Amino acid sequence: MALPTADQTLTADTFLAGIWRENPVFVMLLGMCPVLAVTNTVQNSLAMGLATTFVLLASSGLVSLLRHLIPKPVRIAAYIIIIASFVTVVDYAIQAISLDLYNQLGAFIQLIVANCMILGRAESYASRHGFIQTQVNSLGMGLGFTLALLCLGGVRELLGAGSLLGYPLLGSSFEPWVVMLLPPGGFFVLGAWLLLFAWLRERRDQRAIAAATHSATAAHP
Amino acid sequence: MHPDSLSFIFLNAFLINNFVLALFLGICPFLGVSGKLSTAASMGVATAFVMLVSSLCAWGINALLQLLDLEFLRLICYIAVIASAVQLVEMILKKFAPAIFRSLGIFLPLITTNCAILGLALFQTFKEYNLLQSLIYSLGAGAGFVLAIVLMAGLREKLELADLPSVSRGAAMSLMLAGILSLSFMGFAGLGSGH
Repeated sequence: MALPTADQTLTADTFLAGIWRENPVFVMLLGMCPVLAVTNTVQNSLAMGLATTFVLLASSGLVSLLRHLIPKPVRIAAYIIIIASFVTVVDYAIQAISLDLYNQLGAFIQLIVANCMILGRAESYASRHGFIQTQVNSLGMGLGFTLALLCLGGVRELLGAGSLLGYPLLGSSFEPWVVMLLPPGGFFVLGAWLLLFAWLRERRDQRAIAAATHSATAAHP
Repeated sequence: MHPDSLSFIFLNAFLINNFVLALFLGICPFLGVSGKLSTAASMGVATAFVMLVSSLCAWGINALLQLLDLEFLRLICYIAVIASAVQLVEMILKKFAPAIFRSLGIFLPLITTNCAILGLALFQTFKEYNLLQSLIYSLGAGAGFVLAIVLMAGLREKLELADLPSVSRGAAMSLMLAGILSLSFMGFAGLGSGH
């Protein structure tokens, strides 16, 4: 498929899209499972975010380099195999670096394979763009994903254990909300973040409408 | 109940450690396809079937890989098996139930990236289940997935009629609902731990 040349340019938006406007978690709701499952502490969130970012960068880079060689009918299978290879690398690397962390994250490191965000990037971006552009975009997406994990992990650890990164912050009189560390807490905190963003978006839209009607009445009194 | 007994394995996967509500596996279809009760039910059954097939294949592959001492290839083999099983379900549905095939749409091929299925294969490997135990485990997990997605779809159909503020419509409300469901499923924790 021939693409317009404008699509191949590298702009700040290539990088920033993933962090805010197309944030994989808060806007596109992709890769929800690790987002909810491992974000009970900030440390786990950070490790998961970085591991996912590495797999995303490596696999989309390779997909981008091989994009003219992979036949269309088997492309999804090819992408999955590429992703699975890099996840195996990450799996063994984390096991070697910190067995403690590995045990806490459990099967969710291997389950990065099934993160639809990574396959989605390979299919919708890496297979159509050059290497450098893909890397920049993937880095943005990966950082956006990590940021979202930290948003959840921060709130859940603060409310659930009264600490951040293991340092107690709220003092001994604070009664921890244990539910935040348990599965329901993940759903509630993510739901609350989405509510906040929906509210901000609606307020912005209303202001835009109000400004438009105001300028319209000013022009035609 | 003994933790290795078949009835405990089933109950554990079905209710106590429900794949969706306690282990957070398979959230994408759980939120994406739970808008209508009938679609949700067929999605649940299709996923449960893929679980069954891929769990049995995964057991065979794991035995083979252990024999050849090639365990680092496990993940790659599992995902390839799951992708083929999804393809199989897709062909069967297209031939025998085209209506269901159309209503599931894009979510059918996406079963491949449903982490509940890969998770099932990995968990049964970690727990070193034998063939019969794996079979029961996958049946329990499949039934648990159907239960969760059908409950969710029922709740969301009721919610359509409720008068919600416009901000909370959509994903945020679904997540809150899932949270409440998950909270109630925590009541099953401890089931089977007494003697």
